[in-house]
Amino acid sequence: MTRVLLIAEHDGAMLNLSTAKALSCATAIGPTDIAVFGNDAGDVCAAAAALSGVEKVLNVSRPENAAPLAAVLAPQIAELAGDYTHVLAPSTTFGKDVMPRAAALLGVPQVSDIMTVEGERKFQRPIYAGNVVTEVSVPAGCIVAGTVRTASFRAASNSGSAEITEVSTGAGLPDHSRYIGLEAQASERPDLQSASKVVSGGRGVGSAENFALIYSLADKLGAAAGASRAAVDAGYVPNDMQVGQTGKIIAPDLYIAIGISGAIQHVTGIKDAGTIVAINKDAEAPIFEIADIGLVGDLFSLVPELEARLG
Amino acid sequence: MKILVCIKRVIDYNVRVQINREGDGVVTDGVKMSVNPFDEIAVEEALRIRERGEAEEIVVASIGTSASQQQLRTALAMGADRAILVETDESLQPLASARVLHKLVEKEQPGLVLAGKQAIDDDSNQTGQMLSALWGRPQATFASKVALDGGKATVTREVDAGLETIEVDLPAVVTTDLRLNEPRFVKMPDIMKAKRKPLETIALADLDVEMPPALEVGAHMPPPQRQAGIMIESVDELVNALKEKGVL
Ligand SMILES: Cc1cc2nc3c(=O)[nH]c(=O)nc-3n(C[C@H](O)[C@H](O)[C@H](O)COP(=O)(O)OP(=O)(O)OC[C@H]3O[C@@H](n4cnc5c(N)ncnc54)[C@H](O)[C@@H]3O)c2cc1C
Ligand SMILES: Nc1ncnc2c1ncn2[C@@H]1O[C@H](COP(=O)(O)O)[C@@H](O)[C@H]1O
Repeated sequence: MTRVLLIAEHDGAMLNLSTAKALSCATAIGPTDIAVFGNDAGDVCAAAAALSGVEKVLNVSRPENAAPLAAVLAPQIAELAGDYTHVLAPSTTFGKDVMPRAAALLGVPQVSDIMTVEGERKFQRPIYAGNVVTEVSVPAGCIVAGTVRTASFRAASNSGSAEITEVSTGAGLPDHSRYIGLEAQASERPDLQSASKVVSGGRGVGSAENFALIYSLADKLGAAAGASRAAVDAGYVPNDMQVGQTGKIIAPDLYIAIGISGAIQHVTGIKDAGTIVAINKDAEAPIFEIADIGLVGDLFSLVPELEARLG
Repeated sequence: MKILVCIKRVIDYNVRVQINREGDGVVTDGVKMSVNPFDEIAVEEALRIRERGEAEEIVVASIGTSASQQQLRTALAMGADRAILVETDESLQPLASARVLHKLVEKEQPGLVLAGKQAIDDDSNQTGQMLSALWGRPQATFASKVALDGGKATVTREVDAGLETIEVDLPAVVTTDLRLNEPRFVKMPDIMKAKRKPLETIALADLDVEMPPALEVGAHMPPPQRQAGIMIESVDELVNALKEKGVL
């Protein structure tokens, strides 16, 4: 009988939205339990239990689980996976780090970045920076291990009330890896991965100071702020703002690309957006090939004008 | 200390990849092949570690067809000391590659293994994590900074929330992210010198690796395409168009 175990992503206090999105993929496969690895992460468990479609929340609380170290979590995931046919995690840096380690311990192949569920063991996933989609099947007899491309799924709603059970893991845990800390950019803006609107700037913005234009427009729209890799590499903005193949894959209702040329590695991160707007001074920029609305011109005059026009 | 660097031969990132006529793969004939960009960064990092006097030997390894010698020679020209090619005509999936690399690790006993965070052909992002699991050693993925100190490595990782730092005991597997470094250019004399550096070829069958179950790979399809929309002339038109779409 099909039973799916979904690994929750959280920071100890809050459940990450990627979990609710991955849940929609999981429940399309079969009945799903969510495992929360943490240290007294009661609020996270409660949030997971409130997601619709969850059968049960497994609260795996122990001091070693306070930080998300793959080497510590993977043996516990492998241990719990024995009771399931499928084990999934969101395809975020958290899931990408931990799931292959668990799959290797289980001796099974992993399906990365599940886009669609074609059958219990058959999925579509992107390769070549999203330029090709391929169908893969997990052979019978293997636990299906996978990560879920969150931009391909809508978040499950919050109308559930699953039971929360305490589960302890016996796996001996290594002490060769230690968590030191997280340097997060404090931001008042919405989270890039869950925002319904995103305003991004590229190399065309020209400097860290000029990014004030992007932030100001984002704030006017109540949008998250993003960037191309070129803007991150040039030091205009921190790495957590990068959108694209090697940054964040997002699916907002509205995406505004400003001074971004539209390299495939960037575009692959926004393909699932509702409406894409591009502002670029080069009419030949490839971003216009995929934008729903294109405006050719100088961002330094157009962006302030747009902001003013929004009232 | 010895560093083992894993490198994969992949279609160059500038190539517009085409699906083949059979629809079961992509066109590779006459297509430019390169070292996976993340692996080039891994080689560069190894060189910098050696230049700081924290490593003595850099071994580069690849699993692939004999054509992968080209990419190994590139790494040798960058400055690696010797190369190992595990030769096979099959293309291995990450778990199988990790098992092969684990065999090499047992043979070579490196103090550090560097790999790319993902190969840009299959975009799996698995092999380094799987290798460290099989080896029973720490992993530090998506590294943007690596500092070695005695038997430990302090690694800054690019995660969704920002920059995370972890400390791991060596030996360990570190996978590279794009901002770890900028790989050096290879100079002509180095290419000549690289031709004389040792490159050992081992047939995959001779390594006695038990092949794990693999995914069955089916049809290859183009992704859902977005169509170009409308071009407008002014901010007023933009605001109107956005209102029409109901996104403002
Ligand atoms: C393995 C790999 C992974 C990668 N991953 C990513 C990724 O995840 N995300 C990503 O974004 N990139 C990624 N890249 C990089 C990608 O190939 C491009 O180099 C990058 O996206 C370019 O960023 P950009 O569009 O900001 O810069 P550019 O390509 O330099 O474009 C700048 C644009 O700004 C416009 N412009 C300049 N001035 C103005 C002005 N005053 N007004 C209006 N427009 C102006 C120009 O016309 C130009 O189109 C990756 C590359 C590799 C090799
Ligand atoms: N065939 C291979 N030969 C050598 N290294 C490989 C091979 N496949 C994967 N790797 C390494 O593992 C990394 C991640 O690959 P992947 O898990 O396929 O995305 C690559 O960047 C390489 O460093």
